[in-house]
Amino acid sequence: MMMVLAVFLPLIGAAVAGFFGRFLGDKGAQFVTCAAMGLSAVLAIPVFVDVALQHHAQTVTLFTWIDSGDLMVKWALKFDTLTAVMVLTVSLVSFMVHVYSVGYMHHDPSIPRFMAYLSLFTFFMLMLVTSDNLVQLFFGWEGVGVASYLLIGFWYERPSANAAAIKAFLVNRVGDFGFALGIFGVYVLFGTVHLDTIFAAAAGKANATLLFLGWELPAMTTLCLLLFIGAMGKSAQLGLHTWLPDAMEGPTPVSALIHAATMVTAGVFMVARLSPLFEQSETALMVVTIVGATTALFAATVGCVQNDIKRVIAYSTCSQLGYMFFACGVSAYSAGIFHLMTHAFFKALLFLGAGSVIHAMSDEQDIRRMGGIWKHVKVTWILMWIGNLALAGVPFFAGYFSKDLILEAAYGANSLVGQYSFWVGSLVAFLTAFYSWRLLILTFHGKPRADDHVMAHVHESPPVMIVPLIVLAIGAIFSGAVAYEMFVGHDREAFWGTAILVLKAHDSVEAAHHVPQWVKLLPVVAAVAGIVMAYIFYMLATGLPKAMATAFRPFYLFFLNKWYFDELYDFLFVRPAFWLGRGLWKGGDGAVIDGCGPDGIAAITRDVARRFGRMQTGFVYHYAFAMIVGAAVFVTWYMFNRVG
Amino acid sequence: MSDWPLLTLVTFLPLVGAAFILTIRGDEAAMAVNARNVALLTSLATFVLSLALWIKFDSTTPAFQFVEKADWLPALNISYHMGIDGISMLFVILSTFLTPLCIIQSAGSITVRVKEYMIAFLVLETMMVGMFCALDFVLFYFFFEGVLIPMFIIIGVWGGARRVYAAFKFFLYTLVGSVLMLIAMLAMAFHAGTFDIPSLMAFRFPFDLQRWLWLAFFASFAVKVPMWPFHTWLPDAHVEAPTGGSVILAGVLLKMGAYGFLRFSLPMLPEASVFFTPFVYTLSIVAVIYTSLVALAQEDMKKLIAYSSVAHMGFVTIGIFTLTPQGLEGALFQMLSHGVVSGALFLCVGVVYDRMHTREIARYGGLVNRMPLYAFTFMVFTLASVGLPGTSGFVGEFLVLMGAFKVNTWVSLLAATGVVLGAAYMLYLYRRVVFGKLVRDDLKSILDMNTREIVVFAPLILVVIWMGVYPHAVLKTMHVSVGTLIERHQAALANPPVVAAVKGESAR
Repeated sequence: MMMVLAVFLPLIGAAVAGFFGRFLGDKGAQFVTCAAMGLSAVLAIPVFVDVALQHHAQTVTLFTWIDSGDLMVKWALKFDTLTAVMVLTVSLVSFMVHVYSVGYMHHDPSIPRFMAYLSLFTFFMLMLVTSDNLVQLFFGWEGVGVASYLLIGFWYERPSANAAAIKAFLVNRVGDFGFALGIFGVYVLFGTVHLDTIFAAAAGKANATLLFLGWELPAMTTLCLLLFIGAMGKSAQLGLHTWLPDAMEGPTPVSALIHAATMVTAGVFMVARLSPLFEQSETALMVVTIVGATTALFAATVGCVQNDIKRVIAYSTCSQLGYMFFACGVSAYSAGIFHLMTHAFFKALLFLGAGSVIHAMSDEQDIRRMGGIWKHVKVTWILMWIGNLALAGVPFFAGYFSKDLILEAAYGANSLVGQYSFWVGSLVAFLTAFYSWRLLILTFHGKPRADDHVMAHVHESPPVMIVPLIVLAIGAIFSGAVAYEMFVGHDREAFWGTAILVLKAHDSVEAAHHVPQWVKLLPVVAAVAGIVMAYIFYMLATGLPKAMATAFRPFYLFFLNKWYFDELYDFLFVRPAFWLGRGLWKGGDGAVIDGCGPDGIAAITRDVARRFGRMQTGFVYHYAFAMIVGAAVFVTWYMFNRVG
Repeated sequence: MSDWPLLTLVTFLPLVGAAFILTIRGDEAAMAVNARNVALLTSLATFVLSLALWIKFDSTTPAFQFVEKADWLPALNISYHMGIDGISMLFVILSTFLTPLCIIQSAGSITVRVKEYMIAFLVLETMMVGMFCALDFVLFYFFFEGVLIPMFIIIGVWGGARRVYAAFKFFLYTLVGSVLMLIAMLAMAFHAGTFDIPSLMAFRFPFDLQRWLWLAFFASFAVKVPMWPFHTWLPDAHVEAPTGGSVILAGVLLKMGAYGFLRFSLPMLPEASVFFTPFVYTLSIVAVIYTSLVALAQEDMKKLIAYSSVAHMGFVTIGIFTLTPQGLEGALFQMLSHGVVSGALFLCVGVVYDRMHTREIARYGGLVNRMPLYAFTFMVFTLASVGLPGTSGFVGEFLVLMGAFKVNTWVSLLAATGVVLGAAYMLYLYRRVVFGKLVRDDLKSILDMNTREIVVFAPLILVVIWMGVYPHAVLKTMHVSVGTLIERHQAALANPPVVAAVKGESAR
């Protein structure tokens, strides 16, 4: 019951605020959604204790959803350690975002709608993480897609917000397209979409083949790659990442929710959830690793040159998701989830902190027009420092534990792709620290670059916004140290139980504890170097960034324009689709089909009719004509057949 | 109650109502009100009565139920034979469900010749219901063609500017197909010596005859579905039809073709169906991709939704010819869902058309500012059309694609691109109409939905969500009938008729 409530309370909150918001008023809607979400977060704690710490994994079956032939899909909530971790993280972070929104959105005209969307978003995410079958996972999956569409396009009067919303939905749909095909394949191979049944049978199917597009392919690899396309879409991995930075068009709390706990983590969760499948395919794991590591690098390079405070953080999310993926790719799923959890705290903190800065700067988002405001917003300043320290992986903050472990596991995996991801990951650790401090310095330190008017209005945010930040900051400081032993340390096997499967030969987390000392130190050194470099660039030699940009102009432009992905896709897909649509409509339907078909025949019959001058109405003639021709054909054929 | 001729009652009750409306006299205004009320009461009574069919329906047997049989022309073996099974039952409900909603809606848009409109609608209802119940070829053909006449009149009289062109295009297109079907039916009847549909299902036709018969049926059904490239009548018909006409056209009439495939082509012509499966797949996939792209380029709201209908019906024809339980049930479900969703989308267009008298997308924008209820309603059906899980649109598409994946992964892959494109054109439409700033002066005083419109949309929204969350209630009525259909089909393929050679299984 507690579990069901924890999942469905946000839905109830969303429904009440959405449908009765106009009667409840702003305050009422805020109260209802925050209360429901808060209660859900509170309930998640005993659920976590029961399921994860006392190992009472269980499934609550609700009722039949879809059944057809031997396909049987039920609405069910599956709770094991992986789910419990996710539910706790999601509901806690979401609750903080809800509370923060009360302050941040206080002068928005449609507060009930916003709160309802937030709760709905959380509900879908909770359904996603608790599903016990692939179709329900897909339900949550598409559900967060829609909720994000609604939230990104929340300020519907802005064309850019609408465009970003549609883009987010469509890019996700492309991913979902792969996901759906993956589900079908799993069904064809296993005869079910029920997770536990699939997992039990997975090992037996390791060498099975699947006929796909006329090719006889190894089944596990094909299915895992199809499913991974879904994960790439949702978690904004290279190629399907273009929606994520644009998603900044939504109000800042939305960005925090999308980037921290919900939505983008769904892909990582999915790969971890399906670890029994991925473990059976070396190829799929390799692809996951390479995509993850490459995304981490790509996003970090772009993040170093962006000037919008939210975009910098957005690319950092993209980059950190890359870490989580290559962790999964080297079979360190627990490390991936560990980083997911710590990241949820410090990324929510960073985004909400950025919101606080934007709030203070009268809606200015360009860090080139900030600077020197730390004296005026000391609490936000300290909190942002904490967030960035955690993000950069500076020792003893949360990110340090999870990120280092991922890199060690990558090294320990002792494979070519593992080495690749280790070295790329270490480089990215350097870049991460660099862009984090670039952001911090440009925003808070140095000389003020905003005009006097804005500077005069710089003010600290109200407590309703600051308190959630403090809670998240506590998570960003301590969650790594506290959870280390459970997630990836000595207690990990007891903790995860059967929730994650790692083959003995793949146990890179174990190997991570036995890597050479320099491997453990390298990420920290890289981080410190990044910080130092940012300090030199933006505090000491402030002319240097400009000089560098001029000297390496092609690179600079390449990074600034996000590797030209948007332009490429626009050229490859968007324009041709519209162009083709118009062409097929006017040319295909209009000229060819109608021209040769009805209009053409009508024209001919009219001609014939005119020539013979007997028929007044072409249409009656048309009818008779068809009748006669048809009858003639039929009779002829019938006679021939009878005779023959 | 059990020995009441329920099917006859449900079928002909609207006709009784129509006859009653004929007798109404008085001045124009009073007559309109009375006619409307009588039509509404009749259609509601019909709906309630049809629900009895569902309640009393036995979903454990594949046999036809509520069967009524009476001699008609015994010399030719033609009889008045009615009955429903798991395949047709819910279509009867769909027809009786949509009709009262259209009648309520018409109060806002039909102001001239109200009496005649109501009569046309009730006659239309009789024909639709009869078509899904008929178990005799002649009777079926009577209803099947009978549907055309009231629809032709509805488009031609109450339609838009180019209504006459559209009405004739619609009429001729479907008629040419129907004539071929009639010939095929006659051929079958001569061959088998009966017009009785259940008897014909048991009869085995030789393979080369099957092929010709199949093509003749195809000509008729493909136009009705409509399948590419026989679809061009649909956008014109929709654009010119009044809202209620569009709702029934999209909601029920398009289902007649697919129903025909299920009732005739598959069971009566099993080998030919397998033979032509690659052909159907090809046309369906082209339909899905081609019309989705075309929909993207539309500037007229109704045209866009009309093209989306063609794409969605492409999924249906794919599902039917997969001959898997998932494919068939998915196709049936998609038909029902599309009936509700596309009907609702046309009603959504009707709401703004009644206010602004234009369907041009560019004339709108920013409606959410003045019409939040409308924005919500439109959003629900947009998402259902896009196939969001939790709405009815998802279940059908998902099952169809799953069934297709079992049979042929290429079909599944290509058809699934329609899901992406579908999201593109629907969201793009929604964005241009509802989102954005409200800049046009003539929109600044537009009013949100009134009580009458809320009454129309509320049941539709509930049905869409209910079918999405608990589709089991709908699916379970189909299981046995669909299962039996597949079994019989496989049995038929295992025992070829006179001519033994059945060329190759469907392309894998």
